[in-house]
Amino acid sequence: MLPLAAQSLITVPLTELRACPHCDALHRMPQVNMRERAVCERCGSVLIAPRADAFTRIFALAATSLILMTAAVFMPFLDLSASGLHNRASVLDAALAFSEGAMVPLSVAVAALIVVIPALRLLLIMYTLAPLVAGRPALARAAQAFRLADRLKPWSMAEIFVIGVAVALVKVAGLATVTPGPAFWAFCALVLVTVLQDSFMDKEQIWQAIGADVPSPDGSRP
Amino acid sequence: MTVSARDAGLVGCVRCGSVHRPDVALCSRCGAALSSRDPNGLQQVWAWWLAGLLVYIPANLYPMLLTRTLTQHSEATIVGGVAELFQHGDAGIALIVFGASIVIPVGKFIAIAFLAVSLEKRHLMNEQAQHRLFAVVEFVGRWSMIDVFVVAILASLVKFDAVATINPGIAAASFALSVAFTMQAAQSFDPRTIWDD
Repeated sequence: MLPLAAQSLITVPLTELRACPHCDALHRMPQVNMRERAVCERCGSVLIAPRADAFTRIFALAATSLILMTAAVFMPFLDLSASGLHNRASVLDAALAFSEGAMVPLSVAVAALIVVIPALRLLLIMYTLAPLVAGRPALARAAQAFRLADRLKPWSMAEIFVIGVAVALVKVAGLATVTPGPAFWAFCALVLVTVLQDSFMDKEQIWQAIGADVPSPDGSRP
Repeated sequence: MTVSARDAGLVGCVRCGSVHRPDVALCSRCGAALSSRDPNGLQQVWAWWLAGLLVYIPANLYPMLLTRTLTQHSEATIVGGVAELFQHGDAGIALIVFGASIVIPVGKFIAIAFLAVSLEKRHLMNEQAQHRLFAVVEFVGRWSMIDVFVVAILASLVKFDAVATINPGIAAASFALSVAFTMQAAQSFDPRTIWDD
């Protein structure tokens, strides 16, 4: 990546410049081939790392995740038995565990963090990428949708929930036998698919594909 | 010597990285609001940090789990729960919970405060190290939520009416709030200011 001498800036059109979102270092966007990556020369953050067929792959993985998510929510999750007593809990039950009295907002928050926000992100990503996969121009609100998906990313906590399940299983292991149901395995698969999906996700590549509306050299909208 | 967008009199979008002239309000590529540096950014960081610290106090004083069996009734705080896991359970799992519910939250309060202070006092830490510390804080903060999920799963699973029940304690709610507030504090922090002179 070329560091820019301040005096040469005037000649470079704004569309070819990128500021590192993490440290604001100004770069001239290089030509990057598939499977190559360009990193910020100051802080080392990845600026662009395009992957071949990325949109098709991300779309397929997002669709897979959505199906797994549906299974995870509606199928039996864990089954607990101790000395003749039985209890089974679904993911929804776990979210509703705080639904007594003053803790209702926490129930809403837990449901949002483990189901609603992850599902919403998948839908937004599919909305953004579907036309691109089909070879058509992006939908009018694609930028808005993808920006929201990006903003919600830290609040999508399905993978943290899975680790939470593991911890809970150890905690009750002494008292009772826990049998994981299909939803448990669906949730585990969901985490793996999400990791895979993130590895194909290059924001710059997606922004370039959506952005018909790139800033023109004089900074005004076209 | 690296030139930042701000040095060049331009504004970079923190969402998508595209560069704009300083008089543009919304990023024309992704639609995010543009600001070269938010003058109130640091104040917001401190506000969320303080809110997070305040709710972290009841999270540790009140019980996280209320366990009722035929013969006994017990309450466990965050620290108590970890101690119990060390005694009866798996040491590895105990370490995960210890890390997620004690080391990460406390470390995060210290790290965010340290980053905010070191913006004023540059000699404390070099920029590369600050940048790395912020990346760690941002990545690791959400994992503290594990403890809240553990409580949710246990409470929904162990429901044998008279024989044994586990109920969530009020600390679960304040702990969840504390995690959310400190995540907000980290997100309000503008890492670009680390590199400004």
